[in-house]
Amino acid sequence: MKKHRKNIESERSKDRDNNSEETFNEETPLSDLLGDYNKDSTSSRRDFLKLCGFSFAVSALASCRSKISKVVPWVIAPEEITPGEALYYASSYVNGSDYCSILVKTRDGRPIKIEGNPESGITKGGTSARVQASVLDLYDVGRFKAPSKDGKSLDWNQIDEEITGELNKIVLEGGTIALLTPSVFSPSTEAVIEGFLKKFKGSEWIQYDAVSYSAMLEANKITYGRQVIPDYRFDIADLIISFGADFLGTWLSPVEYARQFSSRRDPDLSMNHLVQLESNLSLTGSNADNRILIKPSQEDAILLNIYKEIIKAVENRDIDVPVSPVDVSGISKKLLSSQGRSIVISGSNVKRIQLLVNEINRILGNVGRTILFDSYLRTHNAIDAQMESFVRKMQEGRINALLIWNVNPIYTWHNKEAFREGISKVGLTISLSGTPDETNNLVRFVCPDSHYLESWNDAEAKKDLFSLMQPAINPIFDTRQMTDSLLKWTGSKVKFYDFISNYWVKNLMQRQTEFSDPVAFFDHTLQKGIFEPVVTSKRTEGQMDGVHNLPFDPLSVKGATNPEERSVEVVLYETVAIGEGRQANNPWLQELPDPVSRICWDNYASVSPLQAKENDLHDGDMINLGGVELPVHIQPGQAYGTIGIALGYGRKICGKVGTGTGVDVWPLVTAIDNILYTRQLGKMIKTGKIYSFAQTQTHHSMEGRAFVREAGLSEYRKDQKAGNELHTFYTERNKSLYKDRVYPHHHWGMAIDLNKCTGCATCVIACQAENNVPVVGREEVHRVHEMQWMRIDRYYTGNDDNPGVVFQPVLCQHCQNAPCENVCPVAATNHSSEGLNQMIYNRCFGTRYCNNNCPYKVRRFNWFNYTAAGTLSGNLRDKEGMTGDLRRMVLNPDVTIRAQGVIEKCSFCIQRIQAAKLKAKNENRSLLKDEVQSACAQSCPANAIVFGDMNDKDSKLSRLISSGRRYNLLEELFTRPSVNYLTKISDKLL
Amino acid sequence: MFQSPLRKPLIEGTKSYRSITTDIIDPMMNKPGKLWYFGVTLSGAAMMFGLFMMFWTVWQGIGTWGENRTVGWAFEITTFVWWIGIGHAGTFISAILLLFRQKWRNSINRSAEAMTIFAVICAALFPLIHLGRPLLTFFIFPYPNTRGVWVNFNSPLVWDVFAISTYFTISLIFWYVGLIPDIGTVRDKLKKGFKKSIYNFLSFSWKGSARDWHRHEITSIMLAAIATPLVLSVHSIVSMDFATSVLPGWHTTIFPPYFVAGAIYSGFAMVLTLLIIARKAMKLEDYITVDHVESMNKILIATGSIVALAYIAEIFISWYSADEYEYYNLVNRVTGPYNWAFWIMIICNVVSSQLLWIKKLRTNLAFTFFLSIVINVGMWFERFVIIVISLHRDFLTSSWTMYKPTIVEFGLLIGTLGIFFTSFFLFIRVFPVISIFEVKSIHRISGEKKGKDLISNE
Repeated sequence: MKKHRKNIESERSKDRDNNSEETFNEETPLSDLLGDYNKDSTSSRRDFLKLCGFSFAVSALASCRSKISKVVPWVIAPEEITPGEALYYASSYVNGSDYCSILVKTRDGRPIKIEGNPESGITKGGTSARVQASVLDLYDVGRFKAPSKDGKSLDWNQIDEEITGELNKIVLEGGTIALLTPSVFSPSTEAVIEGFLKKFKGSEWIQYDAVSYSAMLEANKITYGRQVIPDYRFDIADLIISFGADFLGTWLSPVEYARQFSSRRDPDLSMNHLVQLESNLSLTGSNADNRILIKPSQEDAILLNIYKEIIKAVENRDIDVPVSPVDVSGISKKLLSSQGRSIVISGSNVKRIQLLVNEINRILGNVGRTILFDSYLRTHNAIDAQMESFVRKMQEGRINALLIWNVNPIYTWHNKEAFREGISKVGLTISLSGTPDETNNLVRFVCPDSHYLESWNDAEAKKDLFSLMQPAINPIFDTRQMTDSLLKWTGSKVKFYDFISNYWVKNLMQRQTEFSDPVAFFDHTLQKGIFEPVVTSKRTEGQMDGVHNLPFDPLSVKGATNPEERSVEVVLYETVAIGEGRQANNPWLQELPDPVSRICWDNYASVSPLQAKENDLHDGDMINLGGVELPVHIQPGQAYGTIGIALGYGRKICGKVGTGTGVDVWPLVTAIDNILYTRQLGKMIKTGKIYSFAQTQTHHSMEGRAFVREAGLSEYRKDQKAGNELHTFYTERNKSLYKDRVYPHHHWGMAIDLNKCTGCATCVIACQAENNVPVVGREEVHRVHEMQWMRIDRYYTGNDDNPGVVFQPVLCQHCQNAPCENVCPVAATNHSSEGLNQMIYNRCFGTRYCNNNCPYKVRRFNWFNYTAAGTLSGNLRDKEGMTGDLRRMVLNPDVTIRAQGVIEKCSFCIQRIQAAKLKAKNENRSLLKDEVQSACAQSCPANAIVFGDMNDKDSKLSRLISSGRRYNLLEELFTRPSVNYLTKISDKLL
Repeated sequence: MFQSPLRKPLIEGTKSYRSITTDIIDPMMNKPGKLWYFGVTLSGAAMMFGLFMMFWTVWQGIGTWGENRTVGWAFEITTFVWWIGIGHAGTFISAILLLFRQKWRNSINRSAEAMTIFAVICAALFPLIHLGRPLLTFFIFPYPNTRGVWVNFNSPLVWDVFAISTYFTISLIFWYVGLIPDIGTVRDKLKKGFKKSIYNFLSFSWKGSARDWHRHEITSIMLAAIATPLVLSVHSIVSMDFATSVLPGWHTTIFPPYFVAGAIYSGFAMVLTLLIIARKAMKLEDYITVDHVESMNKILIATGSIVALAYIAEIFISWYSADEYEYYNLVNRVTGPYNWAFWIMIICNVVSSQLLWIKKLRTNLAFTFFLSIVINVGMWFERFVIIVISLHRDFLTSSWTMYKPTIVEFGLLIGTLGIFFTSFFLFIRVFPVISIFEVKSIHRISGEKKGKDLISNE
């Protein structure tokens, strides 16, 4: 097994670093050169070339300035960077409440790809689209480049002096300093903040999450006596009843949950059941066995009825509850029959609902079995009321200094005007965020934070599951970590790196016995990226730990008023890609089609087909909803009477890509006790304007064609080939006149388990990052010119009101009888001896015949010069700035940039295959079992994609291929793809 | 010489050998009329527009067209096949009708051949500019090279290159060989000077000796024999671009004969369009008679009926094959979002030519002119139906999409029309539009007057 790398701050290298720093701290002779050049027009071409050479060297070196702290790679020996060799650093991705344990792949000092850390006990090697795309944020020219005061750049020393002075003055005068951050789950950062609070007496720390789980925290405090979010175990639960909680897409810890959930979607083991009651067709709802359409205002009544049925059965108590709008007897019966093996969750931020959910879980005995408190989630801590009272304090002028880090309340807070008014009354405003946004546009001091790939940190996303973050590159711009800034202002001489290592040695080292040397302990942990000490559980089955067992009456909490029947209810949600809007300036994420609607670069009002008909609405009609104007998307599966709209769009200050993309619907967020993401609105008004979406799939039915083959679980139990009869039919009939190709060494193939695939689109971004797939922009996607090599087809089955949803990832099928290969006139696409359908870019001259003849339509043509690899100057189409010098640093040097006029497509990550083969050859061995992983397979949080060698009979792939569920897409054409699909087996419960 | 009282004369009016020469040469020797200037300006403007769009395509990329992920070919290949088809009539008239000794062809073969050449030039532009990287076109030629790469002979596009280049070469030579005696005649009509020496050079110093004529005759017959199979092969091979693919609507064995018939059909329509104008404008009514028009109309009935049969066979097979993709393709053609294109095709190609069974319509020049344009519109849509409707909804429904042409694509279509007509306008000013020597050869056997009068006329 490969070993992780770690970062060591060694004295020896420090000396050298200091020297080299001097070299670059020297005043550059550039100005002299320039001066000469201007004065003396006799300057020769030689001078010009010198200047060019120097600027080239400077720009190249700017990114790989010698390190301040030396990083140690993932391979065993701490060697220097070898050009052309990838190094992996274990680290952690933290952005707001998003967390993932990762490995950062760097080439020649540049992070170019994020991969999941398989050793993590939380994410277990899975990633999400946001994690995959985060590496691109590092190379965002829109980031703050230097600290500034009132918009003018200053150097750190000056700014530190001024800020420290002002902070001390405020404390002396008895003023209040406030620190506003998102949920912090890094123990060291918490310690730094505590130090800061201690130093500056009378300061307060407010944690604020734009997408709040406050109600849940408060309800848990009441029910369980602990204000934490428990550890949901979807891998243990047999039955999951979810009220609008999109736990596979965006809810709490989706990477972790997707892996847990899909581990129970193997029909050969015991399958779980998912019942989703929701208004919007979410990713989780798309994967549900049963999906029930409800309005958010009906959640109360439904939960109460379930509660009533359960209480009747368990405690033999009858209570009086309002009538349920849907029949809950089936759900209740099923819940009762799987007591202790079910989970009931709700995505609502209403305390009353969360209390009911807690009660149901408690009575069913799920707590302690599927809902655990040993290793609770620490990524969401914010309590809305705290923020509410803080904003009030600000408005009253009781806050004298405000330090904002990584939150954007001017954009996300429900009462923007109050916040704006409040911030204008604060004397000293400091932003510690790394990127410009609506809020730090209003502050006096900007002290930019470094990107997480440039930072040291640690994280404890779940209790007792620690991980470290180490920089994979020196800060590109003149930025400084927020914690370093705080330490500096506190007056500490310690750098944050030393702070962390001291903290770990002091607090965590004693929790292990393997290492007695603190340096060895820290280095080892850094190399692995994670530290998960063994915790002996105090819990007994069925019992809540440290929780009062008093029966609590959720009916005692005041209920909601009855909703008006005729009003529409707006349900705001986060998309898989954009979330609350933090990464809105990320072109990969903006161009990622929504898994369900397949629309990118926009948000929209999802309206049910029936409602659209009633209101004479068509796709793209602009409507006015409570002052927000946005286009309508008719969404099958949207609950009648509800409108779903994604948050996170319509940023006003965000950089080139995100600014003005979509519509800001945060103004629709309201608050009663807690922030509400649903609300009732009188009416939608058609404005008469028409909008056109960039949508990558416009036909939603399979038209009776057997692309996704499905069967019920009971049929499958009887016959493994259930739903897959066509496979036998065609295999018997498809015969060739020609001899079979022989693949003597390897025969690469893939299996995609449609039962496990949740459609989360992580693979799409992983592929884009790995293979330098260009971003084309909204207009081009609208013209059906999207370039992604991997796509996830989504089909609706059944009726439009509540359709079934199936996902099918489609990439180049690497056919053994490839229709594309024999039509290329110049043999630019051909077959390798290892079964790969290859594409020779520099041989291709772009007839597009292969694209026409590809039944899977997986080939992508470079319609314009998207990558600046074209031959003509002045015809570049790069609306999103992806070909800027800095953005290009993210490119994978192992993969060619394709020129204008060339066809490209999935290569099965041939660069990875070749690298692994080369490594094996150098080590004089053959390839190990499943040694090569394509980027998509590696990134999949659900383990739905398996890549491997079909010649290796022991490989995981070969086992899957021999399954009765295996089939090929369009096998009637006898193209003999190397990509295999496994049928989708579902179990309709109700 | 014996003249059949039954056979209608092939040229009308009292003609002598001299008057034939002057009739044909005069319009090209005299100053061009206003109409000519108007025509050449209009078509020249269209050509310039098209050339700019070509430049724009090459500079900016194929993305300036409406083509997309699913529809990889559309306007350009439609127009390419259309032009190739139009060219076919010329070869059919000059080669096949020559071998079948259809003497009536002698008045029309010259312009038909010229049309072939211009049409092939227009057609050949499209495969060139539709490449993503047109500067690398030479990749298509199998020539020995140090890079050790070779073309893929399995690909119909390689066959296309050979088919079209052979076709163009043979057509050009055949046309030019046919021109030589007439260039000699033109030279003889000219006074001494630069122009005369050029024509002399172009006629290879044609002397009109018995040996010259003998060799000319032999060459013509040989070239006709070579060109004849080309009439069948070129469009068969072009049709294989589609027939050898896997796409429903393309993967059809009937395509070669179907395409050849369609090609001759649209080619004759184009010949009619041109000649009906030319005979009027150049006062050649005596040479290009209503009988000529009627004969060509009869060919239109024949080829039009073959095309109709092919449509019926295609529709029947789509249903009879019980292949869901094929069948859906049919349904989509008839009822899908582009069904208007399908119905234009049916009305213009199937219904229209059946009207020609009526003799009155067949001999009506105005109607024929109108019909000839209708047929070419229909034939353009036939290719559009085959290419775009088949592509835009193929196997995976997730990839289904729509195709909308852009101004650039329209510009290219208009531009090639401009190139075609500009070339034709220039051609009639430079070379005799009717083959003088061949018309003279049918003068005696089918003149209006008795032999005695002819002799006295000399």
